[in-house]
Amino acid sequence: MKKMQLEICCGTTCYMLGANRLLNIENEMPSDLRGKTDVRALPCMGLCNEKELAGAPYVKLNGHVIENATAEKIYAKMRELLEA
Amino acid sequence: MIDGSVFLRRELMIRFVRAFNNGSLETELDRFPVEMRPRQGNSSRCCIYHDRAVIKYRLMNLLGFSCEEETDEARTLASYYREAMTREKPADITGRLPLSVCEAGCSECPSSQVVITGNCRGCFSRPCMYNCPKGAISVVNQVSTIDYTKCIKCGKCTSVCPYHAIVKTTVPCETACPTGAIHKDNDGHTRINGEKCISCGKCFAKCPFSAILERSQLLDVLKALKNGEKVVAMLAPALMSQDAGPIEQLFTAVSRLGFTDVIEVALGAEETTAAEAAEFREKMNAGEKLMTTSCCPAYVELVRKFIPDFRQYVSTTPSPMVFAAGIARRKHPGCKVVFVGPCVAKRVEACRNGIDWVLSFEELFAMLAGKNIDVISCEPWPIPRPAIDRARNFAKSCGVTEAVISELGGFADDFKLEAKAIDGIDRKTVTTLKMYASGKLPANFLEVMCCQGGCVNGPCSLRK
Ligand code: FES
Repeated sequence: MKKMQLEICCGTTCYMLGANRLLNIENEMPSDLRGKTDVRALPCMGLCNEKELAGAPYVKLNGHVIENATAEKIYAKMRELLEA
Repeated sequence: MIDGSVFLRRELMIRFVRAFNNGSLETELDRFPVEMRPRQGNSSRCCIYHDRAVIKYRLMNLLGFSCEEETDEARTLASYYREAMTREKPADITGRLPLSVCEAGCSECPSSQVVITGNCRGCFSRPCMYNCPKGAISVVNQVSTIDYTKCIKCGKCTSVCPYHAIVKTTVPCETACPTGAIHKDNDGHTRINGEKCISCGKCFAKCPFSAILERSQLLDVLKALKNGEKVVAMLAPALMSQDAGPIEQLFTAVSRLGFTDVIEVALGAEETTAAEAAEFREKMNAGEKLMTTSCCPAYVELVRKFIPDFRQYVSTTPSPMVFAAGIARRKHPGCKVVFVGPCVAKRVEACRNGIDWVLSFEELFAMLAGKNIDVISCEPWPIPRPAIDRARNFAKSCGVTEAVISELGGFADDFKLEAKAIDGIDRKTVTTLKMYASGKLPANFLEVMCCQGGCVNGPCSLRK
């Protein structure tokens, strides 16, 4: 099966507002999800502009934007995409 | 997920820097509270109005004013901004503290108490009652009840209850404070006693309402850079343990902010190591019994304020920050220096030693975020002379000791260094230090770090 693309924004804004907690996500995934993604750390995705600052950190999963990303939100989205 | 109060603090800093860079800070400041907590939006506290008040006071601190300085509640943030922009130097903090309590943010937690919760089943064996040394517990209507005129809050009952039905509530800031400096005044408001506070920042780090604020010098640094002043950034070695990227890339990122130069405080730590080892040899050869480190400013404050008898043992060697400032000023005559680190107490030490400004790691990163500088997109900076590892290790507990031991290895002395470390200052270790001061010396070399694990776990660390 094709792996899902998980892009974690590591721009400074996202990093400060929580992306620093996601850097190790690949190793922390629950067993049903492990190995199903390609994880990449990217520079600023341009989503953290003035208005959307409070939505950081941003993550994209197969192009779907997840705001205020946490590991749980990412896992939920992964399962959703896996079931679809 | 990061802590909500950390998120708010960092979000505000980033907005602040962005607005400054756009030249719109003065006009935007008074709008921030409303924009961040609009009428239809959610609030983190009881209501948006309370949130807005707290945001206002946080901004006041970012401008370099503590909440206690407020004399006119109607004064606008724009007016504080104008005052800040004309000051030559940030407010002198000797005699005044870098930390203060934001009354609007403080939840005024009830004093610590032992409480019987609804989980009490009025059991037959009643260990709470039989273990209470003061006979303060009785069972009334099948529920344990505490007579508070007798209770001494020892908490024995909390540990013996088979249902975990008894809890001891705490006041997080008071529990965290190693010197009893933070307390409730008679009017019920929490305040910091300037005579007792050692600026360790533990209350700042532990308050779940994030109601302890730090008077910032961020605006002063932003202003100097904007005016094209020569400013050298001195990065504390703890930065290397913040998962913020390789040091070479961090250097490039920081230099893009407009600093004249960026240097490692660890270079100063190399000089501290040599001077500390020399001082130690001299003292031991002169028959002295003990020398303690002096690079942790909260510890130095602790001795100054609480254990004067111990002062004779504290080394007089300047800290890595002070040496680093010397290096920076020799290289760039006439420059201003800004120390960047994870420490609150450094603000006090800096003030005493002519260091122009101090920024926290968070403030530095907010500056990067404000300019959209990403560490991961930066080219590595060819550091002309990287500091040696043992100097970079100063930020970790026992790092200083190890550096001094390896430095002493080069000498054949009659005495032997016997090291002991205090890793983290709390009430217990304060008692231990007082015991040492009364003559029960532990070893001949004592390292004291106020933050457990060392500066890497400082109150303004990025690892939150
Ligand atoms: S830093 Fe993540 S979107 Fe800008």
